[in-house]
Amino acid sequence: MRTLRKFWIATIAALGVLASASSVADASYREQMKGLDEQVQEVKSDVLSIAAELARLEERLLYPSNTHLAVFIALAERDTLRLDAVQIQIDGQPVAHSIYSFKELEALQKGGVQRIYTGNVTTGEHQIEVSIAGKLDTGKDYARTEHFAFTKGIEPKLIGVTLGSSQLQLGDW
Amino acid sequence: MPRATLIVGLGLASALATGACASKDLRDLYFGEAVYYANQGHYFEALERLDAELALHKGVDEPQRDSLHYHIGEAEFSVGDFELYYRMHHRAGHAIKAVLEGAVDENVRNEAAYRLARIHFQKDQAADALVALDRITGKVPVAIRDDVEFLRANVYLALGRPGDAAAVLKRLQSAQSLTGFAAYNLGIAMLQEGREQDAISQLDRAGQLKVSDAGPLAIRDKSNMLLGKLMLEATDFPHAQQYFDRVRLDGPFSNQALLSSGWADVSSQNFERAVVPWSILAKREVTDAAVQEALLALPYAYSKLNVHGRAAVLYGDALKSFGEELNKVDASIKSIADGRFLKALVREELQQDKGWVIRLRTLPDSPETFYLMQLMASNDFQTALQNYLDLEELRKKMAGWQKSLDAYEDMIRLRRQNYEPLLPGIDSQFRELDAQIRLRMEQRNHLQQRLHQLLVEPRPDLLANTDERIALDRIHAVEQALEHAHGANVDQLKQRVKRLKGTITWTLYTTYPERLTEAHEHLNALNADIAVLTKQYQEFVRTRQAAEHSYLGYGETISRLRTRAAEALQNVNQLMAQQGHLIETVAIDELKNRRARLEVYQTQARYAVADSYDRAAKTQAAPAPEQAAPAGGGH
Repeated sequence: MRTLRKFWIATIAALGVLASASSVADASYREQMKGLDEQVQEVKSDVLSIAAELARLEERLLYPSNTHLAVFIALAERDTLRLDAVQIQIDGQPVAHSIYSFKELEALQKGGVQRIYTGNVTTGEHQIEVSIAGKLDTGKDYARTEHFAFTKGIEPKLIGVTLGSSQLQLGDW
Repeated sequence: MPRATLIVGLGLASALATGACASKDLRDLYFGEAVYYANQGHYFEALERLDAELALHKGVDEPQRDSLHYHIGEAEFSVGDFELYYRMHHRAGHAIKAVLEGAVDENVRNEAAYRLARIHFQKDQAADALVALDRITGKVPVAIRDDVEFLRANVYLALGRPGDAAAVLKRLQSAQSLTGFAAYNLGIAMLQEGREQDAISQLDRAGQLKVSDAGPLAIRDKSNMLLGKLMLEATDFPHAQQYFDRVRLDGPFSNQALLSSGWADVSSQNFERAVVPWSILAKREVTDAAVQEALLALPYAYSKLNVHGRAAVLYGDALKSFGEELNKVDASIKSIADGRFLKALVREELQQDKGWVIRLRTLPDSPETFYLMQLMASNDFQTALQNYLDLEELRKKMAGWQKSLDAYEDMIRLRRQNYEPLLPGIDSQFRELDAQIRLRMEQRNHLQQRLHQLLVEPRPDLLANTDERIALDRIHAVEQALEHAHGANVDQLKQRVKRLKGTITWTLYTTYPERLTEAHEHLNALNADIAVLTKQYQEFVRTRQAAEHSYLGYGETISRLRTRAAEALQNVNQLMAQQGHLIETVAIDELKNRRARLEVYQTQARYAVADSYDRAAKTQAAPAPEQAAPAGGGH
C-alpha cells in the first residue's frame, strides 16, 4: 500500500508539472489571441467602411432619388399584437412580404423599424396596400388590410407604416 | 492561507441583457432600422446603417433640419454600444469618449463614463477604468447605479486596493441585481486584505444565500467551493466537507465538489465516506477531468478499506475507460488537425442561439468538442471563437460583394448599351424643341410686358382684333391716297373715311376694359399651358440626366471598391487562417494535456489493478481477522 501511495503522490506531481507547463502555454496563447483580436478589430473597421461605400453606390445605382421609395414597418407602442406576417402591394402589385420570427418580432417590439421594401416608382400619385396577419393577446386570429394614397415627388420617398391591433397608420418621413 | 484573487464580473452581462431601444417618438426611420438590426444581435448591419446615417448627418449644411438631429445623442451613444457588442473595443472607446466630450446631459455623460470604464476593465486597463469612473459625478441613472459601484469595487480589486473594494462592496450587499456577486466579491476583497476570519464569515454568508436564478446559484456554489478549498488547505477537513456538501449536485461546480468532498474525507482518514461522493462522480460523463480522477480515486478508497477485490474490478474498469478515452482524444486530435473542428464551428445552425457552444457537444461527428467544453467556456477562447465566426461572416459578405459588383458592372454595361445609341438622336430632337420653346417663351414674356404696360398706359389700338387692324390699315392707306387726290368728291370721301375711322376708334375705346380683361384671361390660359410645358421640360431634363447618370461615373468607385474589398478579403482570409490555426493549436494542446493526464492515470491504473488483484488474493488466503482490518490501517 505504501508503494501505491508513493505512486499516487508521483501521479499528482506529474499532473502538477503538466498543469504548470499548460499555464505557461496559456499565457503565450493569450498574448497571441489578444494580438489577433486587435487585428480583427481593424479589419472589421475596414470592412464596415467598405460596406458603407458600397451601400451608397447601391443606392445611387439601383434607387436614384427621383424614383426611390422605401417602406418601413414599426409596431405601435405597447401594442400586444403578435404579428405573424405583412404583405405590401404598390399600385396593385405585390412588392414585399415578411414572415416574422420571434427574434424579429421582439426587435420590432423594442422599438426597431424594419425596412420591408426598397424600390422605384415614378413621380406622381400612387396607392399602397398593407395587409397584416397575426394574433391578438386573446389568442384570436387577426387580419387587416388598409389602402393608402401617397404622392411621390422628385426626392426619395420614405413611408412608415405603424401596425397595431386597432389600426394601421401611414406616416410620411 | 493563499490569497484567492478570482473575482466575478457582472457589469457587461447585465448590460448585454438590455436590448437597444429607439426612442418612442421616432423621427429617423434609418436610425430605427439600425436599432432593429441591433435588437436581433446583427451588429454589423446595425453599424453599417448607423455609420451611414451619422456620416450623412455630419455632411449636411444644416444638421438641425436633418431627421437624425432629434436622435443624435442617442445615435452617438448607440454607435459605441453596437461597436462594443461587435467586439470593436477600440472604436467603441473612441465613440464613447466623443459622447463624453460632447455637450450632453449629466445622465448621458455618466452612463458613457461607465461604459468606457467597463471597456478599459475588460481590456485589463484597471487604472484607466478608474479614471473613467472618476469622471462620473452628480446624478447617476438608477439603472446603472449599482453596476457602477460594483465595477468600481472590481477595479479596486484589480488595482490591489482590497480595502477600498471592501468598503464599496459592503454598501452593495442589499443590491438585488448583484445578489451573490457582491457578497462573493466582498469575501475575496477581505481575503486580499488579509482578514481571513472575516472573509470566511462573508463567504459563508455568500454560500447560504437564498437565491433561485442560475447566475447567483452558481456564485453561491463558487463561494462554497472556495470555502471548502480554504478549509482543505487549513487541514480543517470536517468544515471543508460541510462546504463541499453545500454545492448543488446539478450545478457547474458539482463534479469538482464531489471530487474535493471525497478528498476531504480521505484526508481525515474517512475512506468509507469518501466512497459515497466518488461513486456518484464515477458514474458521470467520463470526459470530465474530475470524473476521470474519481475513476482512480474510488478504487483507491476501496483499497484503503481493504476491499481489494472491488478495488481490482474498479481499477480494471478505469483502465478500460482510460484506454477508450485515449482513443477518443486521439481521434479528436486527428479530427482537429484535419480541420473538422473549425468546420463544425461555422455551422450556421449552431449559431442560432446563445448556447451554441454547449450545443457543439451534441454534434455527432465532432468528437473533439467532448474534451473542450471547459476550454471553450474560457473568456479568451470564446473571444477567439467569436472572432473566427465574425471573420467567417465577413468573408461570406465580401464574397457576396464581389458578385454584386460584377452584377453592377453588367447592369451599367447594359444601360450604356441601351442609352448611348439613343441619346444623340434624342438630344438633337430636344435641341430643336428647346429652340422653339425658348422662342415661344420670349413671345409670352413680350406679351406679358405689353399687357402690363397697358394697365399703366392704356392703348386701345393695341387691343384691336385682326379685322379691325386690317380695316384700320386700309383706312390709313385710303387716307394717304386721299391726301394728294383732287376732285369734286375728295372732301366727301375724306369725311366718310373719318367716320369709318371714328367708328372703329369708338369701338376700340368703348370695349377697351373688356378687351383688356380678355387679353389677361388668354395670358393666364397661356401661363397654365406654359406651366405644363415647363414641368414636362424639367421631367425630360431629369430623365435625360438620370439616363446618363445610370451608367456614367461608376467606374472609379466600383474599381476602388473592388480593390478595397479584395484587400480586405485577403486580410480576412489571412486572419482567419491565423485565428483558426491558433484555435486548433490551443485545442490540440488542451487535448494533449488531457491525453498526458490520461496516460498517467492509465499507467497508475495498470499498476494498481495488478497490485489490487495481488492483495485480494493475499487477503483471501489470510485468516479471517486479517480480512476485517480497518480502513487505512497502516498498510
